[in-house]
Amino acid sequence: MSTLVALARAQAFAAGRAQPIATVRHLHVHDHPLVLIPLAMAGEANAPLAAMLGTSPDRPRLLFVAQPRNRAERFAFAATLAAELVPYLTSFAGETEAVAVDRGRDVRHRYVDAPQIWVPNTGGIDFLRLFGRSTRFRRVDGDHPVPPTVPLLGQWLTFLAGASEVPGSSLLLNAVQALGLHWASGQSGAEDAHLAAQLAWIESGAAAAREAESGPVAGPATDPDFDNRVLAPLISDSDPSLPAVLHDLLLPAWQQMWRVLSLLRTLPPGDRVALRWDGDRDAYSSFVEHLAESGVPQPRRDGAVAAAARLQRLENAAARYAVQRAFDDPLVMAEYRLTGAAFVGVVTLAAPDRVDDTGKRPVLRPRIMVATTEPVRVEPGANLTSPARPAQKAKVISIARTESGWDVLLELSGGMGRKLVAEPGSVPLAGEQLLLTTLSEAYRPGAAFPEPAETPWTHGGPPEPFSPGE
Amino acid sequence: MNRIDRLRGPGPAKRHNARTLAALTGNPGCARRSVLDAAGVDKVALATRIGFAGNFGQSRFALARGNAFEAMLKADDCELLRSVLDVGVVGYQDLGEDADDTLGARHGRTRELLASATSALIDHPLLTLSIAGQTVYLEPDLIAFQSEGRLRVVEIKSFAIVDGQADSAKVAAAAVQAAVYVLALRELLGADRVSHEVVLVCPENFSLQPVAVVLDVRKQLSTLRRQLSRLSSVSALIDALPDSVSFDLALPPAVLIESLSEVSARYVPECLSSCEMSIYCRDEAAGTTASLGRSVRESLGGVDTVEQALALSTGAAAPTPKQTEAAILLRTAARLRREALGLSSSRSDG
Repeated sequence: MSTLVALARAQAFAAGRAQPIATVRHLHVHDHPLVLIPLAMAGEANAPLAAMLGTSPDRPRLLFVAQPRNRAERFAFAATLAAELVPYLTSFAGETEAVAVDRGRDVRHRYVDAPQIWVPNTGGIDFLRLFGRSTRFRRVDGDHPVPPTVPLLGQWLTFLAGASEVPGSSLLLNAVQALGLHWASGQSGAEDAHLAAQLAWIESGAAAAREAESGPVAGPATDPDFDNRVLAPLISDSDPSLPAVLHDLLLPAWQQMWRVLSLLRTLPPGDRVALRWDGDRDAYSSFVEHLAESGVPQPRRDGAVAAAARLQRLENAAARYAVQRAFDDPLVMAEYRLTGAAFVGVVTLAAPDRVDDTGKRPVLRPRIMVATTEPVRVEPGANLTSPARPAQKAKVISIARTESGWDVLLELSGGMGRKLVAEPGSVPLAGEQLLLTTLSEAYRPGAAFPEPAETPWTHGGPPEPFSPGE
Repeated sequence: MNRIDRLRGPGPAKRHNARTLAALTGNPGCARRSVLDAAGVDKVALATRIGFAGNFGQSRFALARGNAFEAMLKADDCELLRSVLDVGVVGYQDLGEDADDTLGARHGRTRELLASATSALIDHPLLTLSIAGQTVYLEPDLIAFQSEGRLRVVEIKSFAIVDGQADSAKVAAAAVQAAVYVLALRELLGADRVSHEVVLVCPENFSLQPVAVVLDVRKQLSTLRRQLSRLSSVSALIDALPDSVSFDLALPPAVLIESLSEVSARYVPECLSSCEMSIYCRDEAAGTTASLGRSVRESLGGVDTVEQALALSTGAAAPTPKQTEAAILLRTAARLRREALGLSSSRSDG
């Protein structure tokens, strides 16, 4: 945890109220999200007990299983959930837009919008991932046939759970993490996992948070006490009041979820949030295409090539997300200033017309001197970027200690137009305050991987082709 | 009556088991937990008595599934268990469950059977481990004999292994518990007769079909050994306590709290999931940076209390020589926060 966030937690404890740790919203909040609160049966491997879901705060829909250990009822639940969820998920596969690819030599199409699902916590996401695993290989024929929507739901849930692992993706989000990204409570991260308590720190304060701890949970695990005293007799007696009890149990979490969404909407979105949502729409579009074409369910485990490629995509996404968050939000950038990976200074000298003519042809290479009082941990030769001019590179020529801090001499390239005279405003002028950082938004090329069919024997050889079955 | 029994009062002693030992090693620096466990105090009852009851119940659904899974494995002379362990035709010995007062006898039978070195699955064995000068009885799920005469501990758990993966926290807990049994067996028979590999038997995927996986618990063993040796000071700790300290549940809550305050705790948020006293300790530790989490404490430069950290960050308190570096960090962090949030006042709370 960064010192800034830790300090915010300390301040929150002293104030008895959560403190902001972001000045903008770092995730996309959909105009029409779907909220889903899954509830699991204790002890079983991913047996659903109930789910409350819907796209409107006034109309929660409760699904439940009267006998959670009964396999048939479990798959009936999956079919009902699919009937609710799949139409929402596919409802965005309508209008498309053209996107230029390969430097404008080609176009591809992507959907103009994508679905967004909210669950209360990471446990909710894990539940959906496992539920996807338990349903996507189900056969629609043979001994225990299920409706075709059940394996389809499984594929969708697997896709969403996979997307939720991509840093910065907003297709499947959880409320606890979303709040924790923007507010620091005065309690530990472990205690924040309780949605009601964490939300209470933001809405009303420490005392309310303590009280909320003993209140109903937001799933997927139930309270053992509730299991023993309330649920067990209801299930063993096949009591018709079961749905009403489950409804009352889940309703507080349902309301909290919508309050979380309202809270997040009060923050202005970061400039680069839309860029990441574009990526989500790309992922959604290609998954819809995959379903329409082969529709082969995702494998139980990735093959070697697929796993390596996925790991690299995740690493790139994590690096890009970290940089974008810092560029969007001065409070996040402050963490890098604290460690010396970014600094704010004032331009004391500027030579905007400097031309380097030592090479084959002259190039525009203005130089600026930046004076700072903040810690600077960069070496000469390093390339820095300023969020104000992300297309421009600033190479560190020299660093000199001064009485009050450092003088950093920088040589600029890029982002100044194509002529030998810089476009107005593209070179910082003397007196301008500037933030410079080692973080860069530069494109990271993907690594080259062999075709799956050419997986070397060191990595287990080519993966087995898909075969249906549990 | 010895000092330890006097600490507990007239109630029956709570026995240590592999789970409490594993939890103990999770926070070895906590003197309070060591003392209460050594004295066999019923921590659930104690916490309830002083008004800080936690929620440490177990769902009856989870219990039922665990029992059903074990019963299924052991049905028909352990047919399913034999096939999943691939042990072939060996004897099965059930040492039976019994009451607290016959533990010594059962332990004797276990010792005899283990020493005889006949291949067998041994059910309900009873092992002992000496913890901080006290004998603790342990009941592993099962011990399987290997053909080469090396013993293997078998641990039966009811969490699912899906596509070769399981909940990492549950696997880690099972590994530590199994390591406790390995340690106890080695104390009895010597290191070379007990394998450091334990067998975990769990349901596979979404069925009740069992699957066996082998876990190497060497790392857990060395951690356990190190941490259990540190516990040896608990007798000294107890002897050093004032005579007035008692956890007799018949005493009024105020007296019990007074006694608790004589034994220092080391609260961290992780305690909430493993220790029955944690709600009380959390209340007591309010205002410390450690109660916000280890990483928060470290990020705040290791300063002990929230008040101190904030005073250093605003410059209201002068740092001690040891805090100079932390103070610079905290002041810079506070300035950067104020700047980014557009606040001009010196404090951002309020």
